[in-house]
This record gives sequence, structure tokens and C-alpha cells, in this order.
Amino acid sequence: MPAAGVVMIIAVLLIVLALVYYLVSTIVALQRITNALDEAIAGVVGIIEKSAPVDDVVISINTNLDAGVDLLEGLLVNKAGMSDAVGLVEGLYPGAAGEGFRNFPESKTTTAPRISEVYTKGTLTLARLGREAPIAAASPNGPALRNPSYGSLAARALYPEVRQTRPNSMPRSPVVGTDSPVQYEPSESPGVRKRVPAAVVAAAGRVPPRAQS
Amino acid sequence: MTLEWIGDAILLLVVLPVVVYLLRGVLNAASSIVPSAHQIAAAATAGSKDLDATALLLTTQDQVQKTIEVAADYGGSLDVILDDAR
Repeated sequence: MPAAGVVMIIAVLLIVLALVYYLVSTIVALQRITNALDEAIAGVVGIIEKSAPVDDVVISINTNLDAGVDLLEGLLVNKAGMSDAVGLVEGLYPGAAGEGFRNFPESKTTTAPRISEVYTKGTLTLARLGREAPIAAASPNGPALRNPSYGSLAARALYPEVRQTRPNSMPRSPVVGTDSPVQYEPSESPGVRKRVPAAVVAAAGRVPPRAQS
Repeated sequence: MTLEWIGDAILLLVVLPVVVYLLRGVLNAASSIVPSAHQIAAAATAGSKDLDATALLLTTQDQVQKTIEVAADYGGSLDVILDDAR
């Protein structure tokens, strides 16, 4: 065999060896990719199966929550009035009144009054309802408006500052009864005036008989 | 004879390097996909595990429904007890 033929055979063998090496390596890499993609597909299928009922459940939850919001907003506005309702929300959650109520667009333009000026009627009514009154709900920015355990005492704080902390400065109430310090003699003729006012006399144009005697 | 040597030279100096270059590029591309595929598989598995808690949504759904029912009952009582503002 000529030398050129031997060299050609060696060159072809080298080419075939290179083809085998790189193609086998490529096949191994593609098999790894296939295995990894199988794992990924299994995970994605799990995600799809687990997330399938989420849509219906979330829609149901949102529907119930929407109904609750509609109910509570309507009740609050109907019972407390728009101004007081906005003030209540602002008092419990400062800054929340600006967002207004969802079903009452006019609430966004309603000026929230100060809580100490607003809750003289509606809040007291709620506070007097008992320990489960909604006004007893905990405020994120301080104590509740009323103490659920001692509701009647806590409701005093909602009145103007006259009798809560300074009862001694108020005039005492008159003492009545048989042991009162000022005793009055019983009338001999109950229901008849001893002295008739001058204006009554002038209007009548005559002297009343009791006054003459 | 001379042509045979020329053919040998072309095989060794041109065909063999070109074949090796092309096959090496294919192998590098395939090898670079393997880590990405493993990362995708790991992310999908982790995402599937994260969604194990979605079953609790059914409990949340029941609790929300009960809460709204209680609030509705309470609101109905308040509606009877309290006078309207207007």
C-alpha cells in the first residue's frame, strides 16, 4: 500500500473518532437536559393542579368580603350619618377618611369632623349598647374609646369636661327630706297663694280677697 | 500520487479541524443548557411545594363566610336597635 493511502486512512480514522467523541458527549448532555426537563414538567404539573381551585376560592372569598363591606358601610352611614361615619373612620384609622367609602362616593369630599365633636350621640349610643358594641374595637393608635369591661364609666369621657374630673367644683344639690338642714312649715291652705303677684292684681283691676284679709 | 497527498493534506488540515470545531460548538451549547434545565426543575419543584398551603384557602373561605354571616346578624340587630341618622 502506498504511503499516501495509509495517511488517508489515518485521517479518516481521526475524523471518525472526533465525530464519535463529540456526538456521544452531546447525546449525554441532551439526556441530562431531558431528565431535568422531566423534573420541571412534573413540578409545573403540580403547580397547575394545586392552583386550579384557587381562582374559584378567591372569587368566593372576595364576594363574601364585598358583601360584608357593603353591609357594614351601609349600616354605618345609615345609622351614624355620613359626617359621623367619616369621622368615626378617621378617628379609628387616621388618614383613612380620605379614601372614603366604596359605595358612597360623596364620602370622599366629606370633611371628617374631630372625634371629640362628633361622638356625642352616635358613639354614646353605641357605647351604651354593651361590651360587644363595635366602638369597643381596639384602635391601632391608642386605647379603645370605651372599656369593654366598664362601658358605662368609659362612656363618660365622651361628654364635655365638666363633671368627669372636677365634681367638687360643682354646686351641691339641695338636700331634701325630713332630715334636710332647711325645714319648711307645712302650708295651712295648700294650693292657695298667700301673696298674689302685682302683675296679676293690675291685670285683674281689683284687689284679691286673700290680700284684703 | 500527488493528488493523493493533496487529498490527505486537505483531510488533515481542513476537514478534520472544521469537523472538530463544529462538533465542539454543538457540545458546548448542549452542556450550557444542562445547568439551566436543572435550575428550572428546582424552581418548579420549589414552587409546587410553596403551593401546598393552597388547601388552607378552603378553610379561609369557610371562615370568611362565617364571619360575614355573624357580621350580617349583628348588623341586623343593630339596624333594629339603633335609629337611623336621617
